[in-house]
Amino acid sequence: MIINHPLLGPRDAQEFTYLGDAALIERPDWQAEDAHRQFYEYLYLRDNPAGEHRELWFHEQGDRSWLVVTRNTLTHEITHVDLARDVARAKGRSK
Amino acid sequence: MTQSNRLTAGRIDRAQVLNFTFDGKRYQGHGGDTLASALLANGVRLMGRSFKYHRPRGVLSAGSEEPNALVELRGGARQEPNTRATTAELFDGLEAKSQNRWPSLAFDAMAINDRFSAFLTAGFYYKTFMWPAAFWEKLYEPMIRRAAGLGSISFEPDPDCYDKGFLHCDLLVIGAGPAGLSAALTAGRAGARVILADEDFLLGGRLNTETISVGEQSGGDWAGTIVAELAQMPNVRVMMRTTVIGAFDHGIYGAVERVSDHLAVPPEGKPRQILWRITSRRALLCAGAIERPIAFSDNDRPGIMLAGALRAYVNRWAVTPARDVVIFGNNDDAHRSAADLLARGVHVAAVVDIRAQAKPIADYELLAGAQVVGTQGRLGIRGVEVRLASGEIRRINCGALGVSGGWNPNVHLTCHKRGRPEWREDIAAFVPGPDGPAGLSVAGAATGLFSTASALSSGSKAAAAALRDLGIRARALPQPATEDAPVSITPFWHVAEGKGRAWLDQQNDVTVKDVKLAHQENFRSVEHLKRYTTLGMATDQGKTSNLGGLAVMAELTGQTIAKTGTTIFRPPYTPVALGVLAGRSRGKDFRPVRKTPSHKWAQEQGAVFVEVGMWLRAQWFPRPGETHWRESVDREVLATRRSVGICDVTTLGKIDVQGGDAAAFLNRIYANGFAKLAVGKVRYGLMLREDGIAMDDGTAARLAEDHFVVTTTTANAVNVYRHMEFARQCLWPDMDVQLISTTESWAQFSVAGPNSRRLLQKVVDPAFDLSNEAFPFMACGEITVCGGLRARLFRISFSGELAYEIAVPTRYGDAMIRRLMAAGEEFDVVAYGTEALGVMRIEKGHAAGNELNGTTTARNLGMAQMVSKTKDSIGSVLSEREGLSEPDTLTLVGLRPVDATQRVLAGAHLMTKGTVANAANDQGYITSAAYSPNLGHSIGLAFLRNGAARKGEVIEAVSPLTGLNVDVEVVSAHFIDPEGERLRA
Amino acid sequence: MRYSGFKVIKEALTGHRGWTPAWRDPAPQAEYDVIIIGGGGHGLATAYYLAKEFGGTRIAVLEKGWIGGGNVGRNTTIIRSNYLLDGNEPFYEFSLKLWEGLEQDFNYNAMVSQRGILNLIHTDAQRDAFTRRGNGMILNGADAELLSVEQIRKRYPFLNFNDARFPIKGGLAQHRGGTVRHDAVAWGYARGADQRGVDIIQNCEVTGFRIENGVCKGVETSRGFIAAKKVGCAVAGSSGRLMAKAGMRLPIESHVLQAFVSEGLKPVLPGVITFGAGHFYCSQSDKGGLVFGGDIDGYNSYAQRGNLPVVEDVAEGGMALFPGLGRVRLLRMWGGIMDMSMDGSPIIDRTHIEGLYFNGGWCYGGFKATPASGWCFAHLLATDAPHPVATAYRFDRFEKGRMIDEKGMGAQPNLH
Repeated sequence: MIINHPLLGPRDAQEFTYLGDAALIERPDWQAEDAHRQFYEYLYLRDNPAGEHRELWFHEQGDRSWLVVTRNTLTHEITHVDLARDVARAKGRSK
Repeated sequence: MTQSNRLTAGRIDRAQVLNFTFDGKRYQGHGGDTLASALLANGVRLMGRSFKYHRPRGVLSAGSEEPNALVELRGGARQEPNTRATTAELFDGLEAKSQNRWPSLAFDAMAINDRFSAFLTAGFYYKTFMWPAAFWEKLYEPMIRRAAGLGSISFEPDPDCYDKGFLHCDLLVIGAGPAGLSAALTAGRAGARVILADEDFLLGGRLNTETISVGEQSGGDWAGTIVAELAQMPNVRVMMRTTVIGAFDHGIYGAVERVSDHLAVPPEGKPRQILWRITSRRALLCAGAIERPIAFSDNDRPGIMLAGALRAYVNRWAVTPARDVVIFGNNDDAHRSAADLLARGVHVAAVVDIRAQAKPIADYELLAGAQVVGTQGRLGIRGVEVRLASGEIRRINCGALGVSGGWNPNVHLTCHKRGRPEWREDIAAFVPGPDGPAGLSVAGAATGLFSTASALSSGSKAAAAALRDLGIRARALPQPATEDAPVSITPFWHVAEGKGRAWLDQQNDVTVKDVKLAHQENFRSVEHLKRYTTLGMATDQGKTSNLGGLAVMAELTGQTIAKTGTTIFRPPYTPVALGVLAGRSRGKDFRPVRKTPSHKWAQEQGAVFVEVGMWLRAQWFPRPGETHWRESVDREVLATRRSVGICDVTTLGKIDVQGGDAAAFLNRIYANGFAKLAVGKVRYGLMLREDGIAMDDGTAARLAEDHFVVTTTTANAVNVYRHMEFARQCLWPDMDVQLISTTESWAQFSVAGPNSRRLLQKVVDPAFDLSNEAFPFMACGEITVCGGLRARLFRISFSGELAYEIAVPTRYGDAMIRRLMAAGEEFDVVAYGTEALGVMRIEKGHAAGNELNGTTTARNLGMAQMVSKTKDSIGSVLSEREGLSEPDTLTLVGLRPVDATQRVLAGAHLMTKGTVANAANDQGYITSAAYSPNLGHSIGLAFLRNGAARKGEVIEAVSPLTGLNVDVEVVSAHFIDPEGERLRA
Repeated sequence: MRYSGFKVIKEALTGHRGWTPAWRDPAPQAEYDVIIIGGGGHGLATAYYLAKEFGGTRIAVLEKGWIGGGNVGRNTTIIRSNYLLDGNEPFYEFSLKLWEGLEQDFNYNAMVSQRGILNLIHTDAQRDAFTRRGNGMILNGADAELLSVEQIRKRYPFLNFNDARFPIKGGLAQHRGGTVRHDAVAWGYARGADQRGVDIIQNCEVTGFRIENGVCKGVETSRGFIAAKKVGCAVAGSSGRLMAKAGMRLPIESHVLQAFVSEGLKPVLPGVITFGAGHFYCSQSDKGGLVFGGDIDGYNSYAQRGNLPVVEDVAEGGMALFPGLGRVRLLRMWGGIMDMSMDGSPIIDRTHIEGLYFNGGWCYGGFKATPASGWCFAHLLATDAPHPVATAYRFDRFEKGRMIDEKGMGAQPNLH
């Protein structure tokens, strides 16, 4: 597979390490009332779609960016790649 | 008589005479021959035996689709089983043996199976061999295994080498027949970066096997002209002997180039084969078509082959399997074969065409509306029986029979991404479907355009269209005058009449009757059919047989062929040597080796090395006279604890953490607090995964307000770094913190033992005060050594002794170990390896990889109090789940044998005394064990249920695996210096 | 019809006219007591044991395509019970015992071949871990033997003992492990279930669940609504897709695992070998092909095919272990969809929807589990209580922190 890195252009997927669903960016608040439940769902439950999937890839043998890759799990077609940091910020994550 | 069946002309080099042997018998052929063509030239029709019934088999095809003519090529360590004689290029000195026969090809004792074929029908083995149950492994299975299989390998190490390479192009053209050549030329002239790959050693595809002309030239000459032009273009790479084996994601194709297979041995320094990973922006499949046979009674005798193959042997290789030939077909192309044979002086005894309205195109006898209903000849065909249109039977003598059931477009690669081909009734064949790999288009016969003219024009047009997508303008080629015959075919799959069996899959011995049986037993889906009868599962993957089988099934179910569908085409297109897929990654080069900075020095000391992940580390340093590793290790441990020892600990992960939020960041990464760590101090840190399980432990040293150095275990260096980057970029993207792995930037040595300070004082520059007051336990600092070399010093200890870790830039690592050892001479310093390191950490009760096994919690490690509840850190929330916080959970304890002469064994399970040793009574397990030279007996660390409360209890360590049960006493895990006085000395 | 050597001879002499369909193709009825979704190994085994051991009647198996078309038809055929953890070992040992009597039980020769499985040891830490595992196996009533290098060399002289990057330092053998003819498992269970009245309905895709007030009343299918008192899902690989139709999110991701077979060879490899340091395992089928595999590709996928890097990685592992493999040719590669669970272990449990039961999360180890999975799922469907060897396979183990994590990789499915 080829991943079109937003900063570096097309790179072989072998340079990357895969983590999983990009929802892992949305880590719950540790002080929430139901933090246990939220963390359980965050860490363990997956949409696991047959189709478009937003997922985290780490450019381990490259610039060490975490990317959010939008890829179809039926065809493996990649339609979009973002820096995970930008995605995280857009979701309101900060420090 | 040599080469009795050689004709005139052909695309072979007669000047080149090549000697070869088959089953020990000597023959001659010419340059340009394949093993199959050379054998045919010498009158050899019998080349193999089938898989199940050991039926005599000859060559069926003239290409890589060959199911029958499989041989063991070469000998010794280079023996290649199941090699298709039809693609093996002849070279001088070639040796080949027939396979799957005993004692000889002509007389095969296993052919007895054929006599019992009525009992050995499809799937018979599922219905029997069940009684008595124990007999399967002892009797039936060994019998079946010995009978099965095809060729054999030596299993000696492969003496040849293989390579891998990467290629990039605008357009990959797969196949160099008329469509492919015309496509490559179109794209090449347009200036696009083109790769043209073909499996053959002569480019041109069918142009080399036909008598048709292109423009003013013969087809073969035209191909040669185009190839010559392409070879001149710097933007075009022509790759012959290169099979594109598979279509993968995002325009990536795998291809295997057989660099040296046409030579006796690869030239010095050359690989046997190369695996190319081709990344193409567009690809064009011009793989042509494969002829398919018709099934009829006894249609498997040597000498019966595809009509187009017969024509190919005559035209390209100037050989005929026999002087009298019969052709049997259902389409016009069969007649072309007859005409070409006639033109070369081969006697065509008759053309049998199932179509009543068929017309002859040359001077041969046409038996229209007739069918071949039987054949004779045990080791080679002697004659055929034909049911004439009149209903009479006619017997015709012949030494070869060419069969044509029509042509199948070679759709294979279009289906590698699970696209399905579509059935076209007008040409009675499957053609590529609409859902092939993105960026791949198809031209020529592969898409069902069977004439030369349509191949040329579709190739050119498809190339131009693909380039247009890329913004490259290409002009379609002018079309030379050439053959443009329409397809005329009446679909016909098998002759119903006949006394013998009608073979579909000739390698796996699947007959029409087997398909009928599968239908009768409800194995009707094509996949059930394949799996039940083994149709299409042989080395040719059913390239010539699958369609026939599913057409028979379609007849039986009354469904159309389109509805019946095909099984799945999977890579590789043709079988690929595992050697080339592995490339150079074998033996010691299987994986890269990481060496520590002191490696060379350690080698000089005669160190024994051990693999630790990719690293090689010194395991111990034997000295003269030491005959057992324990002697060396005990000495290293004792010397270190007595005076001072040095160990290369560079492999531990090092991560530089910098930025205004560095402390806050580490406070989230570690379960214990880091926000308040003072500059110049080190703290032990426990990292949890988000699921609350211990991920890694190590230290973080604060070199400045905004600068930390984190260490990880060797095994987790990469994971921890990735994890921290995840936290930094994805969880807290606005934190002012930067990370970089510096594992390889710093050479780091542990200097441990009561004399470690005194030793270090000799290398650390005098400006730095190492006294216990100025540089106490858990201090750190940036210093200089040896007169100005920058270094880092950490007063941390894994051994439990007064100890330091000193780091210098990696390039000084070798010098540093030599300087330290020299400086330590007066203290009888020792170098110690990973074994001694392990012994000392067990003596001290430090957890390591065996304890941090991915299932242990802080509580298990006795560190529950370290997990802060007052801050947000990764893993803290889920570490509180009920299953992870049970009071009687496994806890790390120390164990000592009650009888000091007995051994504590890692991996033993723990049982309460007096209970039966079984899983229900299991109390835990021993994680690490070692002989402690300081204590004079074996010791161990263990996870024991409710361990903290069981100190002093004697329990049983059981190891039924090794037959060892030992009474052990539960003790503190800190066997040495439990108060930690030595650390602080 | 009962299969036997005698029957084969009789049919051979009478033109094979007497063989009857191995299973019928009935039209679906309007209602069943139990519907099992998924005509793979686990679904068919569930139906078989439900009918045979638990007296179930009015049972249907609904299969989207052709039975045995999922992972039971595209795996590397290995059976073993060499598990580490107490949550797993009794289950897999139960499964191995069922394999040992399976052919006589369902009157079908699935070629259960207990040729032994060997896990190679390359480091001292691995030896410690395998010692713990082997002891756990024996304490759970399974068999295990720790082999020395010399013992291994005797049986497998062609392994790389000379210039290996990761030298062989021993091995943990389970002699009762081995291989089974995978397709035959599906067919044997199908035939056995069919003979006991189970309706096996192929080409019947479940398109939805009819759930009223938290109770599952039946399933919508491509062949219409079918009512059922209980619905059991056994579609590992597609669990996420199916359970989403019931509104459930699972602790499971779907991944591709590739597997490979070589051209047929005369016998060379007597048992099953696992080369952990090289991510490679291999056995030789009775037909002669070397059947081998390695790691999953590592990314979520429903494509049933993988990519070149893993192909190369597996071949590298093969060559590193067997330097003589170079001239053996890879014949075919394929990919299956794995239900990769969050701890690498399966789930056999009720769901929060009454009448809806789940069996999945088998990762790439589902084949060997087939008999026990079927039996335990049948037990759950019949009695509403978990079978004693499957009590740990609960949905709520993740929420409660009772993971069964053999590899210790945590909540990252592609690492299990």
